[in-house]
Amino acid sequence: MNIFGYAQQFFDAPGRWSGADGIPTRMLEHVQYSALALLIALVIALPVGLVTGHTGRGGNALAVLATAARALPSFGLLVLLTILMGLGLTPVMVPLVALAVPPILVTTYEAMRGVDPSLVDAARGVGLPWWRVLAQVELPVALPLILSGIRSGAIQIVSTATIAAYVSFGGLGRYIVDGLSQVDYAKVVGGAVLVAALALATLGLFWLLDRLLVSPGVRRGR
Amino acid sequence: MSHGGFFEVPSDLQNTWWGLVGWQLQLTLVPVLCGLVIALPIALFCRRFGWIYPPVLGVSTVFYAVPSLALFVFLIDWFGESDLTVEIPLTLYTLVVLVPAIVDGMRSVSEDTRAAAEAMGFGTLRRYFQVELPIAVPAVFAGLRVATVSSVSLVSVGMLIGNEGALGNLLSDALNYHRPLLAWDAVLSIAVIGVLLDTLLVLARRLLTPWARKATAK
Repeated sequence: MNIFGYAQQFFDAPGRWSGADGIPTRMLEHVQYSALALLIALVIALPVGLVTGHTGRGGNALAVLATAARALPSFGLLVLLTILMGLGLTPVMVPLVALAVPPILVTTYEAMRGVDPSLVDAARGVGLPWWRVLAQVELPVALPLILSGIRSGAIQIVSTATIAAYVSFGGLGRYIVDGLSQVDYAKVVGGAVLVAALALATLGLFWLLDRLLVSPGVRRGR
Repeated sequence: MSHGGFFEVPSDLQNTWWGLVGWQLQLTLVPVLCGLVIALPIALFCRRFGWIYPPVLGVSTVFYAVPSLALFVFLIDWFGESDLTVEIPLTLYTLVVLVPAIVDGMRSVSEDTRAAAEAMGFGTLRRYFQVELPIAVPAVFAGLRVATVSSVSLVSVGMLIGNEGALGNLLSDALNYHRPLLAWDAVLSIAVIGVLLDTLLVLARRLLTPWARKATAK
């Protein structure tokens, strides 16, 4: 049987669309873990990226930090924290947050650095305080790039949140981990298809956000 | 029962710590190199025919979204529990990072520079390799750094498909024997390898773009 056959077998299985192990429940769990992890990552990375990008200081330190965070193996971190802290949400959240912080942080910094200095000068020239320069000039201009950083962080979280299932949590990874241990390939394939679909939906969401949030003037300039 | 030191690998893995490191490097670098070799022509096509870039980006984003674990499992069907099963998905992930990095890097080449190359009689290929690619080197290396460091850490997931995860194999032993030191060993060794490879790439970029240093030193 090929992958499509397995996927079909998975989606046709009885009881797949309801109940505690049904697709809607697992999907919702997956979205919840991902949203929480992304929220934490945003709270950490966005302010730091905005301020360092605005002042232009600490870029090297950020790059080193981002590389270190990227080098930490998500799966290894999950196992290590689970051994040290026992089963819980923290061992799941730490690797996911560590995954999303580098792209958000680095892109935000780069986006702020990339804002045309003459715009910033002009804004300062008409007497705007630094926080209005940041919020009303730099942020709108840098927004498309910042959103793309958040997007890649979000997609990585969505596709990696599957590892939560390895330490007894729910989410779409449940199908993959259970399928692997039950040698039920249909389940593994089905889980993978669902995760990929969710990641695509995430992509679509960010496309929509870009349309809604980016000022038309900035978009025209692209 | 003696629990062994940091560099002592449990005997069931039938490997030494250095052996695992070498294996980790192989599982990381083969995909990155293959990815680079494949990404260069793809980027060239995307540059030449602009309309294929959005669909290429779309397809690669879908690939990136498929969890590595699932891709590993799909490939067991064809390649068994072998190195290839880990290397092929990692190559695909590498492409997702490298193609946009190269294309965006080449897009940053100014219109004047391109026009000058054209006026000197450079064809598309020659312009690509002698003008656009060198100017794009910093962007390409930024992509290579991300691809390399992520690959190093993704390799460990291979542990789940029958101990194909190099240093990641230490993780299953850490859980099974409840030996946190083994998990520390895996996480720290992988992170250190990632940072070292990243440093090497930064040095390589400096060597390849001597003009960049002059520009910033003015």
